[in-house]
Amino acid sequence: MNSGASGPFFTTSTGLVDSVDSRLFSRHRTSLHPHYIANPLDFLEKLVVVLRDGRKLIGILRSFDQFANLVLQDTIERIYVGNCYGDIPRGIFLIRGENVVLLGEIDPEREDFTNLQQVPVEDILVAQREELESKQKREKIKNQTLHDRGFSVDYMETDLY
Amino acid sequence: MLFYSFFKTLVDQTVTIELKNDLAITGTLVSVDQFLNIKLDNIKVVDEARYPHMITVKNCFIRGSVVRYVQLPSQAVDTALLQDAARREAAQPSTAQQGNVRVK
Repeated sequence: MNSGASGPFFTTSTGLVDSVDSRLFSRHRTSLHPHYIANPLDFLEKLVVVLRDGRKLIGILRSFDQFANLVLQDTIERIYVGNCYGDIPRGIFLIRGENVVLLGEIDPEREDFTNLQQVPVEDILVAQREELESKQKREKIKNQTLHDRGFSVDYMETDLY
Repeated sequence: MLFYSFFKTLVDQTVTIELKNDLAITGTLVSVDQFLNIKLDNIKVVDEARYPHMITVKNCFIRGSVVRYVQLPSQAVDTALLQDAARREAAQPSTAQQGNVRVK
């Protein structure tokens, strides 16, 4: 099969084609981006992928298919707690399509105008655990109250879809 | 395929997509495919403060399987026509695979 040098590798009708970063495959890349070799990642478009379990991955989309299976390069996992976030480097990700909720293009201009603050990974992990624990505590009290009043409390907020 | 054809007529309209994780996104409908995957442009998230990861996103692709509701502008929908088309598709299952087109 002749996959061609310019297009995506899969035939598909999904709307993902525009999001694939094909600039690495361009033969004229050095003339388009003179600093390309020196600092390749500066020019590549970053995407945020939200997964069904709530994780947010940020990386460069390199390939996809009709199921929205995705390949992300230079991926980081970004954890948000309140107005802070922390990044964990993850490398290359192959995401099975069923776990994809949403795929968004990051606008670098908007990126500069957020009031979010980056904190070290260790701190964000602690904050994330605290948030989870306080949420579970609240949930427990709520369920206990409901149970005392005769309501069924077999409902668990987990992966609903 | 009826709703695929239907959504194609709504391209360029402003719609609000509510996802199964309760995230609601308003934006301009750019494209839709046979899985009802949706692309939105100029997006705005309802209750933005709860979803800090969406602040920097300007356009997005939403997988059809995670959509719960699509809120449409009422003036863009001809419900009588849609009902009629749905009846016709239900009456002729053989055409169901070929979209909203009659086969002679």
